[in-house]
This record gives sequence, C-alpha cells and structure tokens, in this order.
Amino acid sequence: MSTPNTSRLLKYFDALREGAEQAMDADSSVFMMGLDIDDHKGIQGSTKGLVEKFGPERVFTTPLSEDAMTGVAIGAAMAGQRPIHVHIRMDFLMLCMNQLVNIAAKSHYMYGGTVQVPLVIRTMIGKSWGQGAQHSQGLHSMFAHVPGMKVVAPSNAYDAKGLTMQAVRDNNPVLIMEHRLLYATEAYVPEEPYTVEFGKARVLREGNDLTIVGVSNMVMEAMRAAELLAEQGIEAEVIDPVTISPLDFDTIEASVNKTGKLLVVDNAWLNCGFSAEIVARVAESENISLKPAVKRMGFAPTTCPTTPSLEDAFYPNPKTIAITAYQLASGKQDWVPADDQCQLAYQTQFKGPF
Amino acid sequence: MTEYSSLEARLYASIALVRRAEEVISEIYPSDKIKSPVHLAIGQEYIAAAVIDHLRETDYAAGTYRGHGVYLAKGGDLNSMMAELYGKKTGCAQGRAGSMHLVEASKGVIGMSAVVGTGIPVAVGHALAIKQQRRNDVVVAFMGDGSTEEGCFSESINFAALHKLPILFVVENNRLAIHEPLHKRWAADTLTERIATYGIPARRFLEPDILAIHEHVGKVIDDMRTEAGPAFIECHTHRWYEHVGPCEDYDQGYRSLEEGEQWRAKDVYVTLGQSLDEKEKAQIDQDIEASIQAAVEFAEQSPFPAAEELYNYVYA
Repeated sequence: MSTPNTSRLLKYFDALREGAEQAMDADSSVFMMGLDIDDHKGIQGSTKGLVEKFGPERVFTTPLSEDAMTGVAIGAAMAGQRPIHVHIRMDFLMLCMNQLVNIAAKSHYMYGGTVQVPLVIRTMIGKSWGQGAQHSQGLHSMFAHVPGMKVVAPSNAYDAKGLTMQAVRDNNPVLIMEHRLLYATEAYVPEEPYTVEFGKARVLREGNDLTIVGVSNMVMEAMRAAELLAEQGIEAEVIDPVTISPLDFDTIEASVNKTGKLLVVDNAWLNCGFSAEIVARVAESENISLKPAVKRMGFAPTTCPTTPSLEDAFYPNPKTIAITAYQLASGKQDWVPADDQCQLAYQTQFKGPF
Repeated sequence: MTEYSSLEARLYASIALVRRAEEVISEIYPSDKIKSPVHLAIGQEYIAAAVIDHLRETDYAAGTYRGHGVYLAKGGDLNSMMAELYGKKTGCAQGRAGSMHLVEASKGVIGMSAVVGTGIPVAVGHALAIKQQRRNDVVVAFMGDGSTEEGCFSESINFAALHKLPILFVVENNRLAIHEPLHKRWAADTLTERIATYGIPARRFLEPDILAIHEHVGKVIDDMRTEAGPAFIECHTHRWYEHVGPCEDYDQGYRSLEEGEQWRAKDVYVTLGQSLDEKEKAQIDQDIEASIQAAVEFAEQSPFPAAEELYNYVYA
C-alpha cells in the first residue's frame, strides 16, 4: 500500500485516460482500438483526446466485429505490439469469448512458451438508468476461471491509472473491469507514471469485528456500509482485492483469522462466482484456526431489470450490506439503519489515500 | 539450403516432404506412439507449397489443425514436428501442442488452432503489426471452406480490406467440413464472387494447377509488399483421408470414390514428379526419406517432459 505524494484529485475516467496516455508515451508499440474510442464522447471521457495526440494509426475505432477484432488484437500482440482493446460494456465481451479463452489465454502455454500475448482489454460494467439485462453484468468470474487470463477491477481512480499502466506492461492478456458508477469518483492520483502491483490486495479500513471483501463498485458500497456500522460500534475491516486473478488470498486469510467473520460482497451473481472462490479458499485454509462465520452478497439470482423499483432490489447497497454485516458480527437482528442515515452514507465520496 | 535446378523441382521437394511425412505418420499412428489426433492433408499439399514458395523468413503463415504442410513449407523443423506429435520435450511446443497447434515463431509459423476459423483474425493481427511497424513483410492465412462460414471470416476480410493490410487469404476448398458436403452448408457456391465485393482481388482455381497458383500468388504478394492491401484465392481441392485419423474412408458412404478418383488422377505429387529429371527426383526422394527417418528416430529417442513441467508457461 502506497500513499501518493500528491494533492491532485482526479476522476476515475481521467485516470484511465492518463494511464493509457502515459503508457503510449513510453512505448510506441502500444496502441488503442475499440468501437467509438475516437468519437466526440470518447468512452465517457476515458479515451478523449488520445486520437488527437497519437493519430488514427494508434487510436482507431473498429467495425462491429468483436470476435475478429479480439483476434486481430491478439495477433498484433503476438507480433510485438501492445494493444489496448476497449469495450464500452462488459456484456459485449461475450462476443470475444472464443478468442479470449481459446487463443489469448492459452497461447503462451499451448505454444510452449514461444509466443506471448501482451493484450489489455478495457471493459466497463453499467448500472442504473435502466442499463438492464445486457449492460450491467459483472462477468469477471468467467474470465478468472481460465488459466492464462488476468483480471483486475479498479475501485478508485488511483488504481484505475496504476492498474492500466501495469496491465500494458504485463506480457499476458489482462482484462480491466471498470464500473460506470465509479467514473465520476475522485481520488488522489500522482501526475507521474506509476504502476499498481497485481496480486496485492488493499486493506481500505482496519477493524476487528468482521472482514468485508468488496469487488469493483461494491468496495465503495462496503465502505459506506462500514460508516453505518461504525456508528453501532462495529468496526469492519474492508478489503479490496484489487486484482481478481491473480488473487492475494494471504491478506484476506490474515484478516479472517483476526476477525473470524467474513462477508464477501461481489459485483456479480453468487452462483459459481468469485465470492464462492474466496469462501472456498477460506474453508480450505490451514492457516485459519477457527471456522469463520461466512456470508455472501451479490446480484439477485435474476436477470437485471430496468425499472428502479426492481433494480433497487437487485443490487446490494450500503443499507443491506450494513444489516447483513451487523447480524454476522453481532449475532443479533435488532438494528436497521435509518433511511436518512443511509442516504448520507451513500454520498460519502471516498478519496483515499491508499 | 538445397539448390534445385528448377521451380518445379523446388515445389516437388516441398510437396514430397509433406506427403511422405504424413504417409509415415499414418503408418506409425496405429502403434499409439503418436499422442495426438492427426488431420492429414494428403492430396492438398500443393497449395501451401505454391503459396509459401513466395514467402521470406520474416513473413508469416497461419495454418489450421490440418497444418503439417504449412508448418513444414514455412520452414518449421521436421524433427520438432515429429517430436511434438510424439508428445516429447523436444517438440516445437514441448509437448503442449500435439499435431493441432504446431508453431514455430522464429520462422514465422503462427501458432495453429483447433477451433475452426479462429486463426484468421489472429493472422490479420500480424498483418496489422507489420503495417504499424512499417515492415514490408506479408501474411498468408490458410483455411478450409468450413471456416468461411464462421463470422470471424467475413469480419476479418472486411477489416483487412478497410485498413489495406498485407495479407493473402487462401481457402483450401475440399468441399467437406468433417463429413458434411458443401451443398448442405452453402446457399450459393460463389465464395470468390462474394469476397470480390470487399474490393480486393479474388480468384478461384478449380484445378490443381500448381504453376498457375504459384504465378498468380507471386504477383499478388509482390503487390502486397508495396501496400496494395489484401487478396484472396480459393483453391478447389480434395482431401484423400478421413477428417481425423490415419486412414482413407471412401467406404464410409458420405462421399463417392468416383469423385476421389478424378482428383487422385491429377495428383500433383505424381504429375510434378514425373516432369522432373529422374536423377534429380531420385536424389530429392532419397534426401526426404533420410530426413523423415531421422525425425522419427529423433522423436522416439527424445524424453517426455517431466511431470513438474506441467506448470511452465501458464503465464509469461
């Protein structure tokens, strides 16, 4: 965990852009492709200005051919380039699944170490404003399942830049899972280039009463829940794994050993997912002395609906996380945070430092 | 490198090496020493030979799981290939590829895939890298008629044409996808006409005329090196053997022996061989037999990878 020596607040989307820009400055083999990355909106600002700076040979849009374009990026990577392939929604990665799983993840191994695929996939999860069934999915577990893939999930602007720069340097396919609702959040972000190490979790808040592991946007929701819990005298230790694969299990293990209680809040469904992976590793661990109490939260086991009345019930939120955590930590069911408190907690913008 | 007296002799040597290597593989296969499914290209070797004759070492060739010919023609090492089929540590991928994923990056052999069509965009990506790196190399992507039904085939040609990438798409149309004939898969047998609508040169060869293919591809690749953009050829051909495995299978009833005999009478391995000086042909044949025998011995004597090597190369 490092503390940035900066007083500059930067938004998540600006941090993504700056990370890519500095990576492209440093290495002429880095290029960016993806539908709409060179238009006037620039993927909600995260690619804005790059085509003007680097030109259309290094920053270009693609036909709506996700399958082939993923293969093109892989081939260019094999031949010595370092592509960043951008998708405005993670759901569209289903069209890339064959190339990512059958070629990108396997090539280094299948070709006996003679081939490398230094490919970065940037992809964003949507939420609210009626994003619905096909603009909201958190599919990291599908990709993290496959050996050869790396999956990272920046929950803040500092990590958004540092993980982007590390992903470009990595010689493997790396999927960066971004979240639309984090795009406007700010953190202290150094102006100079830096990387965030893969396989190193962050303890965002220390506590002895229970461990909460959050993923992506759920890190922020867990931090808000922790504020509510603190008012009840419950100190939650909030962990952001930062990278899904490789996973820093040691940090989670040490925390669970201390607290004896674990709540995993994933930005995804629970069935066969990343939350199940963490809980399984806790169950298998020989370093955790007492059997911990365990609970998981995530998307409701339904397709994501568009109407707010249903969508609100689909996602965990600071209130439901706090209630679940309170019951897990205290063994009691005698507290529900007031709605106005939750509202207040929801507005807490976490800015680090990290 | 061996010097040949003529183009015909050079092409014959390329075809004969693949033909004889695959025949020997087919003979060894029932012994279970080869630890990998094999998809033989016997009867189709002349296409890769004609096309790859125009490539330099820094150019790339992308084959398929039926890729022994592309691998060998592009300069892949026969010993490494045979050892790979045997699952040995000395194989081109240290026993992780088998016959279906042959690779030789140092010779421009792009790793091959067993998922039909997936190698096409990967080959286009190599052409994009060539353009970005300001090289005048080219890529040739070989594929079967089945792969042209995959979405990524059309997507790849569109992108390559849009960006004027230096890549030649070669469809080896043996009119079979495993056992399914073309007429059960294609609404119209006008692939070449369809590809021409992308605004790229597209030409069909109905006959196994290796010299005509060679001449045409030579011009196309010369143009490509001076930024003419992609091109396409479709070569009708015939697969003599079963889809996968060491045998012929005309007795299975899904295709006719008559059709096969028409093609086999025009076997380029035989006709081109007959056109050569007898002494030169004999020397070529003798050298090939010796190299294949040496490769088999190399494969048999090489060690298997140790179990603890399982975890090597998961991540770079």
